[in-house]
Amino acid sequence: MAIESDVLVIGGGLAGLSSAISAAREGADVRLVTYKQSTLRQASGLIDVLGYTPDGEGPLTDPYSAIPELPDEHPYRLLGEDTVREAMSMFDEVVDTYRGGHTDTNALLPTYGGTVKPTARYPDGAAAGLASDDRDLLLVGFEAMPDFDAPHVAAHLEAAGVPFDVRGETIQFPGDLQDDAKVTRYAKLLEKNGPVEVRGRERGARDALVERLNPLIEDEKRVGLPAVLGDADAAGVRAALEAELGVEVFEVPATPPSLPGVRLEDRLFEAFDEAGGNFESGNPVVSFDGQNRVETVYVDKQSARIPYSADQFVLATGGLVGKGVESDREHVYEPIFDCHVEHSEDRYDWFDEAVFGDHPFAGFGVDPDTELRPLDSGGSPEFENLRAAGSVLGGHDFAAEKSGSGVSIATGYHAGRLAAQEAQ
Amino acid sequence: MSDARDPTQFDPVVPNTGEEYEPLEVFPDDEDFDLRPGADSCYKCSTCDTNCPVAEVDDDFPGPKFQGPEQWRLKQTDDDYEIDPSISECSNCLRCDTSCPSGVNLAQMHNTARGEYVDNQMSKLSVKYIRNRILANYRTSAYFASMFPRTANFFMNFGPVRWAMEKVLHVPSEREFPEFATQTFRQWWSERGGAKVHSDDKKIAYFHGCYSNYNTPEVAKALVRIYEHFGYEVMVPPQKCSGTPMFANGMLDDARRHAETNVEELTAAIEEGADVVASCTSCSMALRNEYPELFDIDGIDDLAAHTYDAVEYLRIHTDVRQELEAAEVSGELEEEFAYHAPCHARNQGLERQAIELFRDLDGVAVEDVGESCSGISGTYGWKSEKYEKSMEIGSEMFEHMEESEGTTGMTECPTCASQMEHGTGYEVRHPLELIEAALID
Ligand SMILES: Cc1cc2nc3c(=O)[nH]c(=O)nc-3n(C[C@H](O)[C@H](O)[C@H](O)COP(=O)(O)OP(=O)(O)OC[C@H]3O[C@@H](n4cnc5c(N)ncnc54)[C@H](O)[C@@H]3O)c2cc1C
Ligand code: SF4
Ligand code: SF4
Repeated sequence: MAIESDVLVIGGGLAGLSSAISAAREGADVRLVTYKQSTLRQASGLIDVLGYTPDGEGPLTDPYSAIPELPDEHPYRLLGEDTVREAMSMFDEVVDTYRGGHTDTNALLPTYGGTVKPTARYPDGAAAGLASDDRDLLLVGFEAMPDFDAPHVAAHLEAAGVPFDVRGETIQFPGDLQDDAKVTRYAKLLEKNGPVEVRGRERGARDALVERLNPLIEDEKRVGLPAVLGDADAAGVRAALEAELGVEVFEVPATPPSLPGVRLEDRLFEAFDEAGGNFESGNPVVSFDGQNRVETVYVDKQSARIPYSADQFVLATGGLVGKGVESDREHVYEPIFDCHVEHSEDRYDWFDEAVFGDHPFAGFGVDPDTELRPLDSGGSPEFENLRAAGSVLGGHDFAAEKSGSGVSIATGYHAGRLAAQEAQ
Repeated sequence: MSDARDPTQFDPVVPNTGEEYEPLEVFPDDEDFDLRPGADSCYKCSTCDTNCPVAEVDDDFPGPKFQGPEQWRLKQTDDDYEIDPSISECSNCLRCDTSCPSGVNLAQMHNTARGEYVDNQMSKLSVKYIRNRILANYRTSAYFASMFPRTANFFMNFGPVRWAMEKVLHVPSEREFPEFATQTFRQWWSERGGAKVHSDDKKIAYFHGCYSNYNTPEVAKALVRIYEHFGYEVMVPPQKCSGTPMFANGMLDDARRHAETNVEELTAAIEEGADVVASCTSCSMALRNEYPELFDIDGIDDLAAHTYDAVEYLRIHTDVRQELEAAEVSGELEEEFAYHAPCHARNQGLERQAIELFRDLDGVAVEDVGESCSGISGTYGWKSEKYEKSMEIGSEMFEHMEESEGTTGMTECPTCASQMEHGTGYEVRHPLELIEAALID
């Protein structure tokens, strides 16, 4: 006997979660199975819809107005602008800790690298860092966290011509943590105001940090720190720091591993749970039964194959990083259903000569119809009841366009909704 | 559909390194492990580090990325490299293994490194070694204690004895020893005359492990009654410890001896047509994941392929879900439960099954207290030097339990249960007990 549901979503990244939530909101009985943790743990936590055109023009002020100019096979073109907007509204309803939904215009946020990045949605905790805000800014890094070099970031921002003065300082985090202390260690200490030793005396880490920050602040009204300000209760940590320092506090969106990404992942799973969804992780889907329709997929647990059947399926297994698209020396392929992935016969065409050139492999993925059903090489749907969402889709290069999260949310929303409607 | 390749060949668990990957036998010749393919497929994303409960409370602990792939590379390039002693700070919760997007086999790496450390670098005369060995061989102590359960219960928690244990063996006196049942499950089973239901095609072999035999036979009895209710013939083959506490203490020789008996007895049952089920999620994980990763014993892969968690098996093979939807619980277990998913259930993808299964069951409410680790990790929290750390890790779970509506706990893992009890004072039940209460009068 198989484990049954109306809609089965394969993959627990941003695309899988968006489609699972959207299907559950339509009233379907939804199950999500995912192999391991997704790229959300590595992503900055910013939600980009479209930062640059495929030709590299940008940063774009309004991502929506650029949609009609995108190539025909781009996922946004298949969905249409209205669906992309509806998807973003669903995101705004579900994730109440994010901002940016009040406008179509991209926000500009400073990053760990000192660049200014266009993005459509950003966490509450990053809000006070907006580059369009003209208040002066102080950035503070920690000695044992070399990933965020505050003076360097400040110099970069200044060179980029931001409309405010910015300074960077580096301090020792109270308690002198080990060089390779994990971001979760900082977060825990700050959230619990946990004990650290400062000059032979035991102190609360947050209190001690406030004491070190206070003398650094001159006339700045906002202070940016690495994205380690709490885990489950980031808002509480920020509020406590702001109350003590008398300035606004923000996190600079992180490089991997990223707590803002982890928090977003937690929030999305919570929302799916609230919508009555079922989920499980740890084991991959490896094979399926069915001809024109997918009837059952099999989850591999050690050598046992556990059958899961459903009326409708969503494939959201990610791109080359997430293992949704694989390559060997001869082929680029989608490993569960072997859906068609367009690629040149000659593997030397997969890469551009230049390292930072226009690599075709960045756009590898399955190409779907407007209902997001992956198409075979002849242009017909591979299966009636299989839809795809997120980075497993071709037709876009998320890293170059800065469209990763937007494509995942929009295609996830659409695939989930259609799957649920079809199942009923 | 193109026929370019057989999709069933796809196995993301085995990293794509282009090399043949064969888990090699760890003992007796410990020069032989080859974990390089795993180390090579680590792309340093640090996802594992963000999941480690020990690194979250202790920045001296270098974290799973170091313990696994990085240490492995060091070992490859330097013949004199000694395993970093921090491996004994790892609690073996395996959250890192559960999280890695690249399928790096952190469980196997930690187990082999720990085995090597204990074998080559830990003094066999040290108090810690002796204490760890006693803790790891819980089954032996439990076996003796169960001969005189009342005396043992008194004695093990008797103040002066515990004081001496703390001083001599570094076993923290804060912990209460689990109570021994006055009748073990196996005694009950033989008194009952064994199986009440016989079937040619529906058989399960029950791996009860030490805990439900000696300490919580009510869980084991619930399992028997439920499976018989669904028409299964229950077999209870002879068995030893699953090896979980031995892996966690780097005592792989001990674990192997026990594994040999288990593999032999359980594969015999499989030949008779049975699948194997366990009620403790660490036991099922040992049989299905750790055994084939660490040992090369005849039949070991067959056993892994036929082993299931007891509730998982019901979900796949019976209409337990429908029956529970129609059922109602009244009486002693008509309660609100604060459910904690054990790390080792997580590792098998079972972290949500209790929540899901009881969602529509009338008379009870089961609330997930979130993804925090209980912090006990088997024998880990039973060591004086780890006690504080274990309680600090667990504090988040205690808080969430206290915030939840329920005042009774629920979990599949007996050591998590003891930590939950220790931290909150709640009584803790097993999902099988609730299924029994719902479906069997
Ligand atoms: C380092 C990095 C930084 C990024 N930064 C940004 C950013 O700043 N802004 C932005 O907008 N976007 C960013 N992105 C992109 C974005 O986060 C995601 O890549 C995108 O949303 C894709 O999500 P996904 O759900 O399609 O795939 P993934 O996140 O890759 O998730 C795929 C999931 O499917 C699971 N899976 C794979 N195979 C199987 C199987 N066989 N069975 C079951 N489950 C399976 C995987 O375990 C995984 O959980 C970044 C990505 C990366 C890698
Ligand atoms: S999660 Fe896996 S790939 Fe990432 S750093 Fe850890 S071991 Fe390496
Ligand atoms: S097994 Fe647990 S304690 Fe050990 S390194 Fe992995 S996550 Fe950390």
